[in-house]
Amino acid sequence: MDVTATSPYVTQASATKSRVRQTDLRSRGEPFVWVLGGTLVFGIVMIVGFLVLVAWNGIATFIPEPIAVVTTTNGTVIAGEPSRTDVFKPDDNTLGALSPDVRAAISQNGGLAGRTLYRVGNFDLYGEDFRWVTDFDVKTVSYPKDMVYVERLEWGPFIGAVKAITIENQVIDGLKLDDAQFVKAHDEARARWARIHEIERNEIGAVNAKVDRARLSVRKAELDSGRDSPAYEHAEAQFEQVSADSHSAYDRLTAEVQELRAINDRSSVTFVDIGGREKAVPLASIVRAYAANDLGPLEKVGVYLSRWGEFLADEPREANTEGGVFPAIFGTLAMTLLMVVAVAPFGVITALYLREYAKQGRLVSFVRISVNNLAGVPSIVYGVFGLGFFAYVLGGSIDRLFYSENLPNPTFGTGGLLWAALTLALLTVPVVIVATEEALAAVPRSMREGSLACGASKWQTIRNIVLPRALPGVMTGIILAMARGAGEVAPLMLVGVVKLAPNLPVDGIFPYVHLERSFMHLGFHIFDVGFQSRNSEAGKPMVFVTTVLLITLVAVMNAVAIVVRNRLKRRFVGSQF
Amino acid sequence: MNVAVAPMPQFDETVCHLKRGKQGDVLNIKDLSLWYGGVAQALFDVNMTIEQGMVTALIGPSGCGKSTLLRCINRMNDLVDGIRIEGAIVLHGDDIYDRSADVIALRKRMGMVFQKPNPFPMSIFENVVYPLRVDGVRDKTLLQETCERALKGSALWNEVKDRLDQSALGMSGGQQQRLCIARAIAADPEVLLMDEPCSALDPIATAKVEELIDELSGHYTIVIVTHNMQQAARVSDNTAFMYLGRLIEYGDTEVIFQTPKAQRTQDYVTGRFG
Repeated sequence: MDVTATSPYVTQASATKSRVRQTDLRSRGEPFVWVLGGTLVFGIVMIVGFLVLVAWNGIATFIPEPIAVVTTTNGTVIAGEPSRTDVFKPDDNTLGALSPDVRAAISQNGGLAGRTLYRVGNFDLYGEDFRWVTDFDVKTVSYPKDMVYVERLEWGPFIGAVKAITIENQVIDGLKLDDAQFVKAHDEARARWARIHEIERNEIGAVNAKVDRARLSVRKAELDSGRDSPAYEHAEAQFEQVSADSHSAYDRLTAEVQELRAINDRSSVTFVDIGGREKAVPLASIVRAYAANDLGPLEKVGVYLSRWGEFLADEPREANTEGGVFPAIFGTLAMTLLMVVAVAPFGVITALYLREYAKQGRLVSFVRISVNNLAGVPSIVYGVFGLGFFAYVLGGSIDRLFYSENLPNPTFGTGGLLWAALTLALLTVPVVIVATEEALAAVPRSMREGSLACGASKWQTIRNIVLPRALPGVMTGIILAMARGAGEVAPLMLVGVVKLAPNLPVDGIFPYVHLERSFMHLGFHIFDVGFQSRNSEAGKPMVFVTTVLLITLVAVMNAVAIVVRNRLKRRFVGSQF
Repeated sequence: MNVAVAPMPQFDETVCHLKRGKQGDVLNIKDLSLWYGGVAQALFDVNMTIEQGMVTALIGPSGCGKSTLLRCINRMNDLVDGIRIEGAIVLHGDDIYDRSADVIALRKRMGMVFQKPNPFPMSIFENVVYPLRVDGVRDKTLLQETCERALKGSALWNEVKDRLDQSALGMSGGQQQRLCIARAIAADPEVLLMDEPCSALDPIATAKVEELIDELSGHYTIVIVTHNMQQAARVSDNTAFMYLGRLIEYGDTEVIFQTPKAQRTQDYVTGRFG
């Protein structure tokens, strides 16, 4: 189209012609605005939908469900929590065995029949946790008040009725689960169990650690000065002393454990399942037991909150599908904070040099492009690098230099908290560098000149004026890095995250902080619970709960950082003239 | 606006009728030429002396090089990439463009006030004593005395003496500019450079800053760049008129504004162009 030919400005004559200037829809850009707005709305709906889905599934997981007792047409009776329902297409054999009116109903429904998945528990008796019941098989459904849902330390939940309660070897008639006497006995048994756990985990662990240290110092003396040296003899004498001491400590602790166990063995609850089979469960192995169909609203809330409490504060059990995720929360937090500690100075210093000191030329542009491209490298590659460089090369050297007595067992020469944090720091450092560079570039020239004109050196200017002023921007970079780092799983699997690591990286055993230990991480926990456990159906709800927790954790960390950033902003940026 | 200077004008020697001060000169600018990016020449062989204890105004149309000249004096132009300077500026006998000259030590001997107020994101007190802080002064009494003297010197003391620990960013524009003047005089500079200090201020704040310049003259040697000819006439003893990177006329302010010797100065001050 030749625009100039029709333009009114081409000749004097046509310029004087009056012309109605019209703006059509396209030139006003309205459709474009609709596209923009629509895209934004779409994005928001997706995000909100995702959050609602995850939050709803996560929050509902711990609500105690009623136990249904289902009698089927062929006479079997099952008891369980309805877990979910769906529809399926029964095959011809199944259909052939059905009565004509049921068949008619199914064919009317497009050949589809409904079914319900019940969590029947009692894995030790049935060998399965869940059972499908097709709707046309159901004869009656009832909710008897004596049905009890028992969470225990082993074998998953038990669903059945209370037959007898034995306390201190005495069967007590008429005792119920919510009687004060039972609650007291149960609490005491649980406290004894916790004490046994504490002894076995920490106190015996401490004794072992002491012996181990003594053993290692013997080995170290042997490596350093040979077998005939006085240092070796001294170390060995000390080792003898320590092992003798620890033997008595060990005996004392095991005696205490045995005594507590004996007391606990005297109390148990005998349950009977819906088929009449009995099962005695030691009182101490009962985490929680409640009559699912006889709960008042307050009791329901109580069970719900107590499950959340256990989830947040306890260790996992039953291959992570039950119990809590405290080690994973701790591991995630510790790793993220350690990562920030590593990435912040590294990124800021790099950006400072690139922006303020390096001569802006081709080399710096190349470095800058490379840094930006680092952000696009698949994260698993960082995991491989972290394993190869940090764990094997760096950790291996540290082991040879400082922990040679422990070889061939690696100390730092394998995945661990420190290496994971450093790997993630490497992964997120481009984000910090880019954000810091931008923040530095945004510091007004007048500020730098003002400081330089006062006779400040470049470094003084940077330290006193530029850095404080750029700090909020740097914080933005750190926040982004944190958000990325906390959610990253793939590289962590190579450099130190494990399925189960009940020993936290911080504990009461010298040297108290164990950066070389492998750790648990919420992101990996989600993957593990959902897809790697024996009982993936039982793990499914935990996937959502853990996701809710991970999102909350990241959100809280970011919120804290954002509050800090805004305070810095108010202080250092203020209203510019 | 009609600027009827179509052919490249011929330049004569600078017309000079300097009003001499009693204490001699502070700065000697000798044959100063400056190129941006190696090609665009911004200053052509500028020669001038700045008299001790007097106010020297630099005037001229936009782009005439007056700010560039001012920023040469404390080597602020060093921050610009690809700049080339020839000639010399001598401050009390020291050539500031000497290879061995210490730029930081040099800048400590001068104060500078910029076009826009640029208080630092710190308290008022810390802003004023910043030049001492960068010198490593820790003596509390000295800092407090300096702060009070500088703020009194910039006629700000009475307004801010009760809130010295508050952020300087909360002050009004005029106060911020006077704070910047206080900061510039806190370290007792030999020369005070002002780069259009009133261009971002309202008339009342401008009047206050001009009053302040009047009070400071005598104590301090002031070089002020201004767009505003009335301001130059009001505050300065000597005025330099620059045009297209050349110093056209330099001398007594009264002469420049009432009986300018050069034709171009006359055209400019009478409003024929610029």
